[in-house]
Amino acid sequence: MAVIDSDDFVKALQDTGFDFFTGVPDTILGGIIEVLSDRRLYTPSVREDEAVAMAAGAFLGGKIPVVLMQNSGLGNALNVLMSLHLIYRIPCLLIISWRGFEGKDAPEHLVMGQTMPQLMETIRIPYRTLSSETLVDDLRWTAQTFMEQRIPVALFLKKGVVKTIQP
Amino acid sequence: MQSRAQAMQALFDLLADEPVIVCNGFPSREAQKIRDRPGTFYMIGSMGVAASIGLGLALAKPDQQVVVFDGDGNVLMGMGTLATIGALRPKNLTHVVFDNEVYGTTGNQPSYSRVVRLDHVAKAAGYATVERVWEREDILYEFKHMLANDGPHFLLIKVNEQIEDADRVALDPPEITKRFRAAVVG
Repeated sequence: MAVIDSDDFVKALQDTGFDFFTGVPDTILGGIIEVLSDRRLYTPSVREDEAVAMAAGAFLGGKIPVVLMQNSGLGNALNVLMSLHLIYRIPCLLIISWRGFEGKDAPEHLVMGQTMPQLMETIRIPYRTLSSETLVDDLRWTAQTFMEQRIPVALFLKKGVVKTIQP
Repeated sequence: MQSRAQAMQALFDLLADEPVIVCNGFPSREAQKIRDRPGTFYMIGSMGVAASIGLGLALAKPDQQVVVFDGDGNVLMGMGTLATIGALRPKNLTHVVFDNEVYGTTGNQPSYSRVVRLDHVAKAAGYATVERVWEREDILYEFKHMLANDGPHFLLIKVNEQIEDADRVALDPPEITKRFRAAVVG
């Protein structure tokens, strides 16, 4: 499977219309955040609930926001996603790194790694797992869901799909 | 000491069409009762992130003065955001905190703001202006000054525990989003 270049991925996000980027880092997201930071597009956040709330504020100000986070941070963000975005119909794109995928990771990632898809189904946030083969279609689907349903939509990002700064 | 509603009324009298994000609980209910306006975003949930929403809006609309009406319990819950605001230093953000030293909406359980100086925390975090006020004249003077100058500003208003008899927020949340966004973005 081809590895997506971080530059190409950021360009694809921008071409889709996304123009506000915040989040909390993860190693899997390192390359994307580096490119975004180089282009002065990225506003670092200190917690994932803060990040999704900043994205909500940016949307209220006319932006099309993206939040990058490790899946452990999804736990931090849950209350804001459920009692702000989902009930107020405020959309954003969540790019969530899938730590603990197939149980191959440090112990702290295993429970979230295993249950994340069910968790998203339970709170009814639509998601897809990104791959280089489906990138174009995934982003088209993301934009469509964002505009039509006006709720958060998630892309799961496994290790090695988008190039990171660390080998 | 003023009630939060009295202090809020004084602030609304100085506002034109600046967007205001109001934290959840009674502050939003009181804001609706005192001055319902399209440019007010009433929060009914997601405690602790009013300032984060305000920050996101301030970054998205750098030429627009953005005001946050927050509470001490809310600030304590999302205290990391003081660091984010202090680091990013958006010039167009005024963060007002009505500090009654209790969780008033849930029955006046004491908050740590009676021992922890939130204004000192904001100062240390790097807000451009930090003021702590009690009296109406001081509230008006400082808020006016903040709206006219570069921020980020932190206005800590010490208020009493009195809660205004105010109904729940009447608009449905998606209507609040639509109305607010139309007022801000046009």
